Amino acid sequence: MKISKLHPIMQLATAATLALGLGVAAQAEEGAKLIVNGEIEMVTRTAAPAYIDGLDEIISGWEFRSTETQALQMDDFDNSGMLGVDSALEAWNKVQGPEQKSCATCHGDVESMKGVRTVMPKFNEEANDLWTLEDYINNCRTERQNVEAWGYTGGSMTNMAALIAVQSRGMPMNVAIDGPAAPFWEAGKELYYARTGVLELSCASCHEQSYGLHIRADHLSQGQINGFPAYRLKNAKLNGIHARFKGCVRDTKAETYKPGGPEFHALELYVASRGNGLTVEGPSVRN
Amino acid sequence: MKRTAFLIIGATAAFAAVASADTVAPGDVAYDDYGSVAASLTGVAGDAANGEKVMVTKSLGNCVACHQVSVLDYAAFHGEIGPSLDGAGDRWTEEELRGIVANAKMTFEGTLMPAMYKVSGFIRPGDFKGKSVPNPPSILTAQQVEDVVAFLMTIKE
Repeated sequence: MKISKLHPIMQLATAATLALGLGVAAQAEEGAKLIVNGEIEMVTRTAAPAYIDGLDEIISGWEFRSTETQALQMDDFDNSGMLGVDSALEAWNKVQGPEQKSCATCHGDVESMKGVRTVMPKFNEEANDLWTLEDYINNCRTERQNVEAWGYTGGSMTNMAALIAVQSRGMPMNVAIDGPAAPFWEAGKELYYARTGVLELSCASCHEQSYGLHIRADHLSQGQINGFPAYRLKNAKLNGIHARFKGCVRDTKAETYKPGGPEFHALELYVASRGNGLTVEGPSVRN
Repeated sequence: MKRTAFLIIGATAAFAAVASADTVAPGDVAYDDYGSVAASLTGVAGDAANGEKVMVTKSLGNCVACHQVSVLDYAAFHGEIGPSLDGAGDRWTEEELRGIVANAKMTFEGTLMPAMYKVSGFIRPGDFKGKSVPNPPSILTAQQVEDVVAFLMTIKE
């Protein structure tokens, strides 16, 4: 991959030229390589895990975006999601509550969170339940800091999830699906293939059977979640995984599941496992 | 009783069309073994011009979200999930098209295409805001299905 030695802007230009040469104007799928800040090399395409029947190759949502949107994620100065990360870093160091503790009081530098995002969600033995990154964050707030839990999809929560994701950027997703996580994974798989709503569409309808194609102006991706939280140009903010799930289920003209609820926990594990091997990109930039 | 019904029907033509005794309810549509529907759902001839409108209107059929249709090129961003509908009027009979529009799953098992004339058998039916709607209306009315079929029959190669 000689192209990876080039400056990101040059790579982008090369990819764009290739794409144009092939007559694919807006997309830069083949050949484009995601390197953030010229140093963090992302795996945006790799072999699918053996337990995923419907895919041979797994592809980051980054590859499905336009060259312009792709470029926004290649430099943190252009990535508006980093504003949320900065804000969360302040919260990380803020001493608060009756215990007078900040996140840093127990965890030290936020770099100690390196690798955490790659294994989320995971089975928590003590709680005997599947926990997401958001659950761990709120548990620290209510049990250690003795302050109020954050709303599951609120801004403070999503910013903190982004700050913790950043520590693992470039590391491959590696959630466990066996042992005590297995029943959650099975439940998530069932939800993934359930054709919900008046439109009777499942996650798989769009993101396994039809990725790469357009629904109206939308270029369907594989619905991978390695890039979350994702800064969406559409709503100009960081979006958490369950908030995005909710939007997808809603779009099938269905009664959605509750963000933070058991269904989306199971679905998050299953969808995360479909991306095992892709690198953590949060905060990514998407449409 | 009879007179009351007569008066109501006389009062609003639209209501009469919907409530007409000739309208086949979604649950009563007779699909043959191949998914075709022989009889009109309303007994009223389809209006191709209105069918065209239904196909490009997001809140109605929104057919172009998934299908490319050359004669509808004026409506931007045709999708590519379903097959192109160019020449549909040559490839299919009116009866076949009626079955496909009303509930394509009767013709193509497992197809992604949403059923346009179906009101039950859904998992967690809701609205586009994510709220529960236990008894949702069909996406299109019986007459809109007939109108779309009439328009599709005009699309020849």
